[in-house]
Amino acid sequence: MPIQYYIYLSLALFCIGIAGVLTRRNAIIIFMSVELMLNAVNLLLVAFSKMHHAVATAVDKVNNVGTDGQIFVFFVMVVAAAEVSVGLAIIVMMYRNAHSVDVNFLNRLKN
Amino acid sequence: MNVIQVLFWILSAMALVSALMVLLSKNPVHSVLWLVAVFFAISGHYILLNAQFIAIVNLIVYAGAIMVLFLFVIMLMNLNKDTEPQKNIWMKLAGAISAGCLLMILVSLIKQAPELQAKTAMMNEGGIGLIANLGKALFNTYVVPFEISSILFLSAMVGAVVIGKKD
Amino acid sequence: MSQLVYLVPLLPLAGFLINGLLRKSLSKQAVSIIGCGVILIAFLISLGLFFQVKANGPIIQTYFNFIDIKGLNIPFSFQVDALSVLFMLIITGVGFLIHVYSTSYMHEESTPHFARYFSFLNLFVFSMLLLVMGGNYLILFLGWEGVGLCSYLLIGYWFKNTDYNYAAKKAFIMNRIGDVGFLLGIFWLVAKLGTLTYGNVFAAAGNLSAVDVTGITILLFIGATGKSAQIPLYTWLPDAMAGPTPVSALIHAATMVTAGVYMIARSNILYSMSAVTENVIAIIGIATVLLAATIAIKQNDIKKVLAYSTVSQLGYMFLGLGVGAYNGAVFHVMTHAFFKALLFLGAGSVIHAMGNEQDIRKMGGLRKYMPVTHITFLLGCLAISGIPPFSGFFSKDEILAAAYAKNPVLWVLGVAGAALTAFYMFRLYATTFLGSFRGTHDQEHHLHESPAAITLPLIALAILSVIGGWIGIPAVMIPDANAFHHFLQPVITTEAIAEMPHATEWLLMVVSVAVAVIAILIALGKFTKRPELNEPQGLGGFLAHKWYIDELYDAVIVNPLNALAGFFKNIIEKSGIDGIVNGVGRFILYSSRQVRLVQSGQVGSYILFMVLAIIVLVLIWINDGYIYTYLSKIF
Repeated sequence: MPIQYYIYLSLALFCIGIAGVLTRRNAIIIFMSVELMLNAVNLLLVAFSKMHHAVATAVDKVNNVGTDGQIFVFFVMVVAAAEVSVGLAIIVMMYRNAHSVDVNFLNRLKN
Repeated sequence: MNVIQVLFWILSAMALVSALMVLLSKNPVHSVLWLVAVFFAISGHYILLNAQFIAIVNLIVYAGAIMVLFLFVIMLMNLNKDTEPQKNIWMKLAGAISAGCLLMILVSLIKQAPELQAKTAMMNEGGIGLIANLGKALFNTYVVPFEISSILFLSAMVGAVVIGKKD
Repeated sequence: MSQLVYLVPLLPLAGFLINGLLRKSLSKQAVSIIGCGVILIAFLISLGLFFQVKANGPIIQTYFNFIDIKGLNIPFSFQVDALSVLFMLIITGVGFLIHVYSTSYMHEESTPHFARYFSFLNLFVFSMLLLVMGGNYLILFLGWEGVGLCSYLLIGYWFKNTDYNYAAKKAFIMNRIGDVGFLLGIFWLVAKLGTLTYGNVFAAAGNLSAVDVTGITILLFIGATGKSAQIPLYTWLPDAMAGPTPVSALIHAATMVTAGVYMIARSNILYSMSAVTENVIAIIGIATVLLAATIAIKQNDIKKVLAYSTVSQLGYMFLGLGVGAYNGAVFHVMTHAFFKALLFLGAGSVIHAMGNEQDIRKMGGLRKYMPVTHITFLLGCLAISGIPPFSGFFSKDEILAAAYAKNPVLWVLGVAGAALTAFYMFRLYATTFLGSFRGTHDQEHHLHESPAAITLPLIALAILSVIGGWIGIPAVMIPDANAFHHFLQPVITTEAIAEMPHATEWLLMVVSVAVAVIAILIALGKFTKRPELNEPQGLGGFLAHKWYIDELYDAVIVNPLNALAGFFKNIIEKSGIDGIVNGVGRFILYSSRQVRLVQSGQVGSYILFMVLAIIVLVLIWINDGYIYTYLSKIF
């Protein structure tokens, strides 16, 4: 498939994620939108990895160009998992204190 | 149109629709389920790209572990449609329009990029996405970051416990 | 001896520092001893220098480079020659007597103020010595400014009285106007000759064009009119009588006001090159003589009479400078220092005895109460009136003779001025010392002769007033007896020699003395029995109000300036400058209040701005890559 298709798909998912962050006030939905954006990026990384592999294979049959991209996706997932565990803990904490998951309650820095 | 292309379009449509539904659902539980659908669609894309290891990890970690965690939290807090906070309609409009503008700009940028003309992603072949290959890379070149990621998990776990415990 | 030159100004400076800094811990006696002692030692050193200069010629001592830049080198140097050593003797000699006098006169002041007075007086002597000893115009200017400062400080010595403060400010500002001219003259000299050292300037004076010489000399003369109270900047001097009487005697009669005469006599080579300037000086001098003398006739404040008399006598000195009689002018400075200091100190003695009463209409008949003061005051009056053989006669006669040689009209006016001088001095004398006492009974009860610290300086000055003129006896009386001319010969090289028949010279003397004697007799006859006690009317009132010159200055200069300042203060400052400044502040306040709304503290809006910023940046980057190239240049 032409690489542009994957890029367009990723961009669309990414911007949907952004729209989610911008339009929703529920902290959990915002968090999910962030996960969506991360996945869009992961998809793009894998697509690029395969694109580079295709270019390299045209020159040399046996190669492992593009491995780095997928390893990178692996680490993104690692970090995302860690982030989710901490983030959800924070949201639970917030709910416990404010009895709400509205991000607009998180404006104490204003004063 | 061969099978791969058909699958590509189906999976793409499914991903986009599910992603939109994540945003549009009033009920957070529905959003989580739509997100799981998105992850499945993306995993399908990975399989099309012959990145089997990533596809499986995506399903296990994201669709399995992370989304279950989300569901768990939502249900624990008893969030539903009624408790969903509503945003000012103008702010929503501004957010949607700016996200649309960003998409438009980035798409136009990609369209013009000369480096990407006539490039294709290798579909359904190539061995770099297999476990054997990635495992070698992970335990040779990337062994140090791999070990560090275990420390990251440990600290995230400790952090989650510390934050979440009742004080 | 010449190694001690620097001690002459340094000792008064040390006195100033000690008395000024330790004014709270020293006793009055210690202050008096320090204050008078440093001046006495300086006087003795000056005396030694005088004999050395007389024997060996001038001493020039250079200590360090004061200003040393490309094309301009001004050393800090002292030049002690005949002219400056003469002034040094006057300053330290008369200054010492006045210091001694002050120890008694100021005795009622509290100790810190007493010490403050002496420290200022010492500072004044230091500045004045700097002025006359400086080896170039810049050092002269330093002293020039220093004496102006001390004059200000001492006029405003009783600073709790607002009028005195105004008088001090008036003196300072008037001097400042003159100083601007002086400074411009110095700049002109530097621009044209690149040096300020006297010797170099006079050696190179021939290279200057006529316009340059006239410009420089006129500008320097403007400085002199301020310092030496000539028309049009004389009005500060009568007001300066607000200061203590010894200050009036030292600063505003004997020394500081003659600084202008010193400066012009010092620059006689330059001045004699410009006929225009000489004429201007002569005309201003004679005009000042007559103006001040007419005003003095109708004044009733004992110090005001003497003040206008000082202005008038300074006019004579400038007349002498203008007609080329530099010796005569300097000679008159010396004799005037003696008799005018004497008169002021005598007046101070009277004021002291009268309990700070200065109005002569409330005095009278003091002769029998204060014999020493009376006799010495009479001698001073005779000296200033130009009666032979008192000192004033010789110096005034020398100036008048030179004036006659230049232009007989100047001589006629000068003699008229001399007659007026004799008239108002003896009006003052008769009203104060003759007739019957007109003060209160209480005052009469307290009348007494002053203590020795006051009478001894009076006696010393009286002796000097009598014999001081004998060193300058004109050649027509005793040939080659004029030691004064001979002594100043090396400095004053451009003396205009008045060549005239001896008979004419005798005639001039006789006429001027006769006129003065007639004026004295009229004054004695008129005021001994029936002193003027009423407010003067008509022409007399016009003179009593000082020709309304102060009012004229107020109307022409001060009030328009005040109005202009008021305009700038109320309109430009309030609405213009303040408006801009406050407007900036208000704009910042307003706009920051608006911008603050952006910082809502809401996460959603922050993210929205972030996204918008990303869009803008990407747009810029797409369009021309300008930001990218700009950043790449920086990093």
